Amino acid sequence: MAKSENDVVITGIGLVSSMGVGREAHEALILGDHAPAPIVETERFAPYPVHPLPAIDWSQQIAKRGDQRQMENWQRLGVFAAGLALDDAGFKDDAEACASMDMIVAAGGGERDINVDSMIVDEALKRNDREALLNQKLTTELRPTLFLAQLSNLLAGNISIVHKVTGSSRTFMGEEGAGVSAVETAAARIRAGQSTHALVGGAFIAERLDIILMVEAIKGHQTGAWSPIWARDKDHGGGMIMGSVGAFLILESRAHAEARGARIYATIETVEGDRGNRAEGLLEKRLERMVEGAKPELVMSGTTGFHDLAAREKAFFEKTFPNAAIRGFGGLIGHSVEAQFTAGIGLAAMALGAGKPVAAFDTDHEKAMTKPASTAIVTTIGHQRGEGIALLAANA
Amino acid sequence: MSNQFRDHLGRPIIAVTGMGVITSLGQGLEDNWAALTGGRSGIHEITRFPVNELSTRIAGTVDFIDLPVANAVERSYAMARETTLEALAQAGLSGDFNGPLFLAAPPVEPEWSARFELADRAGPAEEPGDAYDRFLAAMRERPDPVFHEAVLFGSISERLADRFGTRGLPVTLSTACASGATAIQLGVEAIRQGRTERALTVATDGSVSAEALIRFSLLSALSTQNDPPEKASKPFTKDRDGFVIAEGAATLVLESLESAIARGAKVYGIVKGCGEKADSFHRTRSSPDGGPAIATIRAALEDAGVGEEAIGYINAHGTSTPENDKMEYGAMLSVFGERLKSIPVSSNKSMIGHTLTAAGAVEAVFSLQTILTGTLPPTINYQNPDPSIELDVVPNVKRAQQVSAVLSNSFGFGGQNASLVLAAEPR
Repeated sequence: MAKSENDVVITGIGLVSSMGVGREAHEALILGDHAPAPIVETERFAPYPVHPLPAIDWSQQIAKRGDQRQMENWQRLGVFAAGLALDDAGFKDDAEACASMDMIVAAGGGERDINVDSMIVDEALKRNDREALLNQKLTTELRPTLFLAQLSNLLAGNISIVHKVTGSSRTFMGEEGAGVSAVETAAARIRAGQSTHALVGGAFIAERLDIILMVEAIKGHQTGAWSPIWARDKDHGGGMIMGSVGAFLILESRAHAEARGARIYATIETVEGDRGNRAEGLLEKRLERMVEGAKPELVMSGTTGFHDLAAREKAFFEKTFPNAAIRGFGGLIGHSVEAQFTAGIGLAAMALGAGKPVAAFDTDHEKAMTKPASTAIVTTIGHQRGEGIALLAANA
Repeated sequence: MSNQFRDHLGRPIIAVTGMGVITSLGQGLEDNWAALTGGRSGIHEITRFPVNELSTRIAGTVDFIDLPVANAVERSYAMARETTLEALAQAGLSGDFNGPLFLAAPPVEPEWSARFELADRAGPAEEPGDAYDRFLAAMRERPDPVFHEAVLFGSISERLADRFGTRGLPVTLSTACASGATAIQLGVEAIRQGRTERALTVATDGSVSAEALIRFSLLSALSTQNDPPEKASKPFTKDRDGFVIAEGAATLVLESLESAIARGAKVYGIVKGCGEKADSFHRTRSSPDGGPAIATIRAALEDAGVGEEAIGYINAHGTSTPENDKMEYGAMLSVFGERLKSIPVSSNKSMIGHTLTAAGAVEAVFSLQTILTGTLPPTINYQNPDPSIELDVVPNVKRAQQVSAVLSNSFGFGGQNASLVLAAEPR
């Protein structure tokens, strides 16, 4: 594709997962010559395995203790990953660039106070005036600041406060689709000349009983031990293993990036989301439309691991792009809902930027790459609804 | 390319071809406008849940919509559906909408009744703080897909997308009190990008519950002047003491002017410009110097390609909190200078309360209606003016006055600010 000033290029990647902190840590793992071993916590939330947060020195990206204390882990992780992306792009100390930077955050909700919730339902079991009890307890037990830590738009609010990104601030919601729409919207604005540089991403904490409960309501979790994402056992739950992930990207117009001599990992050629009925063939039809014309050597799949969806996605790509190597990154870092799409784009951009093949994450079900990819597709098929596809190209 | 359909930057002009609204004042634009220009308040005592021990016992809840189940998702969806039906009928559109959907919706959490129900079917506590372990045990025994769907943020837009045949992946967004304006802004951007000829922009908030009320109470954000309820919201007065939480929804059908004219649609007004700027000062407080609010207003004027002299009326954010009204006044003063005194500025929130996620869109609809009817809605309860805020707030009684361009402000909790410039159809 011919280069143009308003091409959407990726110039910063801020990624935190169970595999480590930062772009370099992830590059070292996925661009090596053998499959990295996933890190899984099987005890703490048994029977539900999760990919846990790595050790993080929060003060590296959130200097003030007071700021750290104002947030629970979900917001803290997002603010931290956003800082990594800004750092990676060379924007961290560029006050002017941050003050004019657009921001779109894909957000869920913040942590419940498990102890307060428990206290209330336990007391309610003994009472028949539950609503009155609720008023009493909420008035006396809720920490005022917890509300702010729970509000979806306050992840973006905290990024503005901590990193001074204030050009604009938008928060998208709606599970996996929020991440897809965030990238789609930021890219469309850059392509149309409405924006020159944007911070886009999200965060997800898997180690939360309130979130685990949400997915258990549809029996979505794999239970017991970890197993490869393409081969999860139908006798042990629904197939999803969630992972704590913070994933932010810096997207820029080519002109803006080149003018400041920024390193370009990859170009986003197209990015699109869609939704609808997933009855046999209909999901595939939407995917087919979204990948039309692409010739990827790599498919960075954000599959949830849900048995049926994972099998259908793999079959679709094996049929459509028989020569492409598929990598199910959820097997490595877990499923991270709102952060899934930007995490996948980050991983694919690392491979394209470094010009290296990606190691098979699951040697039984993923074929080896003999040479680096020049174009890659990133997918996220939402656990309940919504699908997103991005086509990335190396910055040749 | 004909320039009658292009703005000062050569972009497509954005027409509003359909509007729908619900607030505590009623359903539909006609009823709302009659009440609003009649100076009537929709604020009342809360009956949805017991309030005896709460410091705030009033709200602008919407209690007249039929719901299959009384929860925030069902209520928010029902209001969005109703305002969209109204807007599409006004726009003369039927069948699949075939454009993108931008929805401002409240973040939802499980209802307390759902937690109580889980606790009832789970075993008793074995140790303090183990409720979620018991909930999980109960879920393992009997999954509950309805619980799952009810806590997904994407569930309202999913239903709207199916119902109205919108195209692509809908965007659900929250920029706190600016959400409604942000939804409109996203629709404007999509049309300007040439991605679509039309966009459905919807904002809805039916999330008033005991917990929501108490959370805002704990931050001292709500008025506690419960008696009489209709007097509690009193923007720009000396005794304003907080906002009144409320519900509502609004839908605007946005269309390129060219496509609206081509299909013979009636044009109700123009979204001329949108501006935004985030605040990095504090999680709940705006920068005391009003810097981000000033930048937001200026950005909207610049995007609209008009000077401050073009604005004939301001639909204020005007929440009735001590801080917002002072900050907003300062911001307007620094943009409009001495002329501010002669620009009428009123706050719909004096009558409908703060519809939170929906506010930006609800107030955009009322701003357009102001232009269309040549009637300025009043700021009611303006008995004791704050002497440090020198504004013509259209006190207490509506005023007949033609205006051709309106500024509508939305300044949010969490630092998200948006302003819109709305104008009459170009002649």
